[in-house]
Amino acid sequence: MATATNGNIITEDLPVLTRKDFVTDQEVRWCPGCGDYSILAQMQKMLPELRVPKENLVFISGIGCSSRFPYYVETYGFHSIHGRALTLATGLKASRPELKVFVITGDGDGLSIGGNHLLHAMRRNIDLTVVLFNNRIYGLTKGQFSPTSEMGKITKSSPYGTTEIPLNPIRIALAAGATFVARSLDRDTKHLEETLYKAAQHKGVSFVEVYQNCNIFNDGAFAAFAEKDVRADRMIYLEDGKPLRFGKDGQHGIRLNGFQPEVVENAAADDASILVHNVNQENTILANILVSMDYPDFPVPIGVFRDVDHPTFDDLLQKQVDDAMAKGKGDLGELLRSGETWEVG
Amino acid sequence: MTTESPVRTPRPVEELDRVTIRFAGDSGDGMQLTGTQFTKTTAVFGNDLATLPDYPAEIRAPTGSLPGVSGFQISFASTDIRTPGDQPDVLVAMNPAALRTNINDLRQGGLLIVDEDEFNAANLKKAGYPLNPLEDGGLARYQVVRVQITRQNELALEGLPLNTAQKFKSRNFYALGLVLWLYGRSMDTTIKWANDRFKRMPDQLEANVRALKAGYNFGETSELFHSRYEVAPAEVAPGTYRHISGNEATALGFLAASELAGLPLFYASYPITPASDVLHELSKLRNFGVKTFQAEDEIAAIGAAIGAAYGGQMSLTGTSGPGLALKSEALNLAVMTELPLVVIDVQRAGPSTGMPTKTEQSDLLQAMFGRNGDSPVIIVAPATPSECFTMAIEAFRLALKYMVPVIYLSDGYLGNGSEPWRIPDIGELPRISWSYAGPVEGEFNPYQRDPVTLARPWAVPGQKGLTHRIGGIEKSGQTGDISYDPRNHHTMTLARMERVARSVADIPALEVQGPSEGDLLVLGWGGTYGAIASAAEKARKAGKSVASAHLRYLNPFPGNLEQVLRSYKRVLIPELNTGQLSLLIRGKFVIDAVPFNKISGQPFKIAEVEGKIDEVLGLTGPYELSFGGAAVLGGG
Ligand code: SF4
Repeated sequence: MATATNGNIITEDLPVLTRKDFVTDQEVRWCPGCGDYSILAQMQKMLPELRVPKENLVFISGIGCSSRFPYYVETYGFHSIHGRALTLATGLKASRPELKVFVITGDGDGLSIGGNHLLHAMRRNIDLTVVLFNNRIYGLTKGQFSPTSEMGKITKSSPYGTTEIPLNPIRIALAAGATFVARSLDRDTKHLEETLYKAAQHKGVSFVEVYQNCNIFNDGAFAAFAEKDVRADRMIYLEDGKPLRFGKDGQHGIRLNGFQPEVVENAAADDASILVHNVNQENTILANILVSMDYPDFPVPIGVFRDVDHPTFDDLLQKQVDDAMAKGKGDLGELLRSGETWEVG
Repeated sequence: MTTESPVRTPRPVEELDRVTIRFAGDSGDGMQLTGTQFTKTTAVFGNDLATLPDYPAEIRAPTGSLPGVSGFQISFASTDIRTPGDQPDVLVAMNPAALRTNINDLRQGGLLIVDEDEFNAANLKKAGYPLNPLEDGGLARYQVVRVQITRQNELALEGLPLNTAQKFKSRNFYALGLVLWLYGRSMDTTIKWANDRFKRMPDQLEANVRALKAGYNFGETSELFHSRYEVAPAEVAPGTYRHISGNEATALGFLAASELAGLPLFYASYPITPASDVLHELSKLRNFGVKTFQAEDEIAAIGAAIGAAYGGQMSLTGTSGPGLALKSEALNLAVMTELPLVVIDVQRAGPSTGMPTKTEQSDLLQAMFGRNGDSPVIIVAPATPSECFTMAIEAFRLALKYMVPVIYLSDGYLGNGSEPWRIPDIGELPRISWSYAGPVEGEFNPYQRDPVTLARPWAVPGQKGLTHRIGGIEKSGQTGDISYDPRNHHTMTLARMERVARSVADIPALEVQGPSEGDLLVLGWGGTYGAIASAAEKARKAGKSVASAHLRYLNPFPGNLEQVLRSYKRVLIPELNTGQLSLLIRGKFVIDAVPFNKISGQPFKIAEVEGKIDEVLGLTGPYELSFGGAAVLGGG
């Protein structure tokens, strides 16, 4: 078991785990057809590949449909309160850096009530994997608009249409300095599993936005570009080191015109003006250009936007402790007696 | 002025039992430093003492203005004392604003030392004096000593490569030197301190030491003082002593708890007055394995603390009243998930922002009830600055044994106040026992309670075979799964209450000072201890049948409380709020306790509690609090 002193957990003879090992006996309570099922399945498929003993895995969530997730994953789990999952995860990871901690949140939980914590977890680069299920609606409370709902959306709480501009979660993560930023899609199971795996392997904070269909309150929110038959033309898969090409045969590309991206239809195979994706850049200019691309003017990018190495908050904090201890462990008796003292006979 | 003093006039020495001095000046005048240095010297001398710093709310109020006045009061004695004194015997006023905001507190006939150089037209105007109070005869009730502190200080510093503004900064050392002389105190402690503090600023060091000596020698040579005073050392228990503030003691106490338990301390906090010092102190202690986390807000701070508690750490968060309000939803999550967590609330005057730098005891009901649902926590409250140390250990001892959040109610008066403290031997401190969950056969149930304490097992991530899910949503006591079963919610709610109630087995009985039965019990809690115990003792000396008792455990109450309450004809409950403990006592025991409430941001004076005691005993008519002129000016 874990020692109380933050010692590393020994991963002796780790048995080979399978997806089944990560399934709990709890009945899954999401609506039939909900995109959450796919995210759960890809996560359960991916977890064995991490080769981490399951007692060292922790899933922490807030409140919302997505936040029921921990009940269904056979690891340690904490279903916390609205918007605060990241705060618990931060305290856990800061004090127990040897654990692998996932945060499951949604667009309401993570961007509205918990927006502040998202900014700070990203900028601290604490080693957490944050998966934000974006369904552009409040599902659990039965259908109010969320911070990612499109302007003018008619919902129960906006019968005249919303009058607010939505947030783009990827842009927020980039702006706050997240070191790994990616987007995936509930229906593209292969891409989703791969993206979750990459995120989990990243050392530092990783942020994954998953476009997730809420078939009850916001069905088809992403259908215009994410349906299988149109996806190739309306979405673009970001691949590190590869030209930004899309279309069934990769025939279209993206290039820059000044600071503006533009679509090059039927670009030649050797068209050197097509942008080449690079996830390892310190500056986020390219990533921000890509994040500005949205349907219908552009194909919607999915994949990894950014993947850079920075020191993590939890490591730096642990190092301060280790360094201080190495110089000499504090002596309580001495500390109490420090400063001005006097004797009374 | 030189540091040599050619003429030495022998001065008669007057023996006193107790003296209270208040240093007051502009917040830029270094009055806290002056007070602290005088305190250290007095502590080393062996007097018993208590202090009360009084900061202005504004960090940089205009120089010389009334809101910019900063004060520091110290009371020292040859006997055991418990409060920083009701009324100063000596007031040092560095400018007209300091005089105006403090003069009404000075006792009649008291000594007033002023820097007369600062009583110029501009400063008089800023303080709202149409005429110079030093000239208009309005101070005839006091012994006024006018000293040209500014000018003499500047003379003493002649030749140093410092400009006038820099030299002006040493005035407080001049004043300190003068007061040290007056009470026959040595300059050694301050000089030693200055040598260390100004190691890298030789000019400032020289300036401050010269100013100190000049002030001291001025007392010696001038004819302004008719006598010197002596306060003999107090008789105190043998041991090694140091001077400690409540916030320092709080930080050290929680560190000690961590060492005693052998669990690393994790402290998450957001800066807030008057609790930030605890964060500052604990942040220094990486060499003890302490991790501190300055969160983005109050909620994140407690969230992180809950995460660390879940991870098996000794987890702590700290704040003041408004922060506790922000933390309440998350605190409820800790109640629901039954995690050991301690929340420090260094209370301040509320509601809302209130008066951040002023003290109050008005978060007791917030601690008790300020959460949705039936949500019991354990509540403890230290009674003196040094007791902040022992009660911190108590807080974790209970949290870990009962797997329950504990609120630790300190206050601004305790946190910033200080007193001499006999440093305990580590060996004499209580051990803190705790354990993580043991291995189980089959499915682990996180709510499998200990039959005696009703505590649930503490299973932490990393433990094999104990993977489980907890959360804020109600869980079945049988399986740990989500449950909306009516009977389950009923029994789980009662179990959460009962668990806290059972911790009474680990709480010491309430001790009474004075007769074990009689006419009146004065019951208090928290930082009012000094005033209450002293007032009750004075009443007993005057032949009255008055006992006092002080609650350090507010939830649950000590097991013998009801029996104690019923042993007296009347119960008086003085509090710095509108009657919060009174409400709890009256509600729980149906006893007609008499509330006595002060909500001025200032602690009780002994005389105030005495006045109320006499009223309740029927010896006088109704007692009214009087706030003097200070309250009218909004200062004090
Ligand atoms: S309401 Fe929407 S998001 Fe929630 S479970 Fe149902 S389909 Fe999924």
